[in-house]
Amino acid sequence: MGGMFYLILKDLKAYYFKPPNISWGVLFPLVMALAFTLRNPSGLAELFPGLVAMAALFGTTSMEAIVITFEKRVGALERLMLAPLSLWTILMGKVLGGSIFGVMMAGAMTLISLALLGGWVTSPLLFTLSILLTVLVHSALGALIAVSVREVFEAQTLSNYFRFPMIFLCGVFLPVGAMPLPLRLLAHALPLTYSVDALRQTSMGPLNPGLFLADVLALILFLSVFLASAMRMLNKSLE
Amino acid sequence: MGERVIEVSGLTKYYGELLAVDHISFGVRRGEIFGFLGPNGAGKTTTIRMLVGLTRPSEGTAIIDGYDIREEIVEIKRRVGVVPETSNLYDELTVWENLLYMARLYRVPRAERGERVRELLETFDLWKRRDTKFRRLSKGLKRRATVAAALVHRPSILFLDEPTTGLDVVSAGALRGLMRRLREMGVTVFLTTHYIEEADQLCDRVAVIVKGKIVAVDTPENMKSAVQGTPVLEVVFDSPLPSLETEKMDLGTIVVEGNRVKILTEDPSSTLEAVIKLARRHGLRIELVNTLRPSLEDAFVKLTGVSPELMRVEKERGR
Ligand SMILES: Nc1ncnc2c1ncn2[C@@H]1O[C@H](COP(=O)(O)OP(=O)(O)O)[C@@H](O)[C@H]1O
Ligand SMILES: [Mg+2]
Repeated sequence: MGGMFYLILKDLKAYYFKPPNISWGVLFPLVMALAFTLRNPSGLAELFPGLVAMAALFGTTSMEAIVITFEKRVGALERLMLAPLSLWTILMGKVLGGSIFGVMMAGAMTLISLALLGGWVTSPLLFTLSILLTVLVHSALGALIAVSVREVFEAQTLSNYFRFPMIFLCGVFLPVGAMPLPLRLLAHALPLTYSVDALRQTSMGPLNPGLFLADVLALILFLSVFLASAMRMLNKSLE
Repeated sequence: MGERVIEVSGLTKYYGELLAVDHISFGVRRGEIFGFLGPNGAGKTTTIRMLVGLTRPSEGTAIIDGYDIREEIVEIKRRVGVVPETSNLYDELTVWENLLYMARLYRVPRAERGERVRELLETFDLWKRRDTKFRRLSKGLKRRATVAAALVHRPSILFLDEPTTGLDVVSAGALRGLMRRLREMGVTVFLTTHYIEEADQLCDRVAVIVKGKIVAVDTPENMKSAVQGTPVLEVVFDSPLPSLETEKMDLGTIVVEGNRVKILTEDPSSTLEAVIKLARRHGLRIELVNTLRPSLEDAFVKLTGVSPELMRVEKERGR
């Protein structure tokens, strides 16, 4: 566990908390929020949960997939594999490092949206839980993508394959219920759909305990599958 | 001495169809410098990677300090240090930060970390460069810092993969001196090399590996005396030999280096006659004939059938 702590610390220091990333982490949500404010249709506040989910998605996947593939390329990941850490510790260290950055972006997006778009949060505790689950799931997805490819650009391309459809399918801008059936089915195969729904229920409401629990369980299921698959890929790299 | 800290038995690695390491067995004694000598692609790196847990063996196993690499690799990782072929410290961290990070990953007690890193940097003559980013160091200093980083947790065994390859003569010499000092401190040193002279000068014992198989394990002295009875005939011509012809000569073990030919022969007299015929056939003039005592290089050639010259050329190209 101590090893994992320092692994996360080093990643945050060496990669995440660099001025360009910090400014991107604040600018991205700010620009998104402003863009919608300027267009100025009514019901802007409606967009708030989706924007937070999107910030969490980009905050986790964008950097983390690059960090892991980069470390793989330069042999730094092998450096970690030489240390007396289990593969699980290494994977979780990477996932948590990405999650911390994701929480910061989602947090910044929340504050900016509350200030500019006029959204509100009815259950702050459950809303925070939803953010945490969202960043963990998508950070694990970023790690899975990164361990599955060789090059940094492959990681970026592959993340985009997931990210852009997610933005349009998962209820960020358009309610999932308003989409045709095939797209709706596809949406339910993507974790961000459950994130957006959980964030919406706990912020703008209404909160339906049964549906919220279903979202939480779905996210936990995605998290388990992503982590287990990433572990399998890491394990296979030792063959 | 005698106690074996590494006991390798039947260790084998397939990469798909390719048999990279072929059922090798050998032992390394505590406190010795053990050399793993072989040409490019022989399986040296793959062997080290199996021993330190970076890749799983297909068959066989090894016991390191009493722990089995298949079952207790984390225990082994606590006890060994590894210097890979290419330095893997963090470019963006300083020398000091890199070593401190290693100390943290290896759970060196907090109170000791600073002191231990300082001690190592002083020993390795890197103290003045402690605040330099790793990427700004010269090749020689990078290698030295990588060795220092591998020692932060005081391993009892240090693995080095081609530690002096690509270094200038001075840095390589300094690094060899360091390895000898580590031996004095009781550290077992396991290094791979394709430099025969290096294995000869530095190693207490050497295993020769060719195409994934170990062909000999012994002290450099014993290897040399194994070919001691065999005189080496050295012939220098006025111009380079057409290399194909030498293959056809069937004189036994031959090393061609430009104008110079070295032949390990039981029968110098008839060999010399054959060489004279060859010279006539190609219109070459013989400028010098010599008999030499066999070197480890000759022993190596005899054992492996691989020309050391060829080995060097291949390696430089591969880099
Ligand atoms: N990851 C790998 N995948 C496939 N083949 C490999 C891999 N690593 C090494 N090899 C092959 O295994 C053989 C031994 O390689 P290696 O252990 O690197 O040799 P050496 O270190 O002695 O130069 C070579 O033929 C090499 O091409
Ligand atoms: Mg090698």
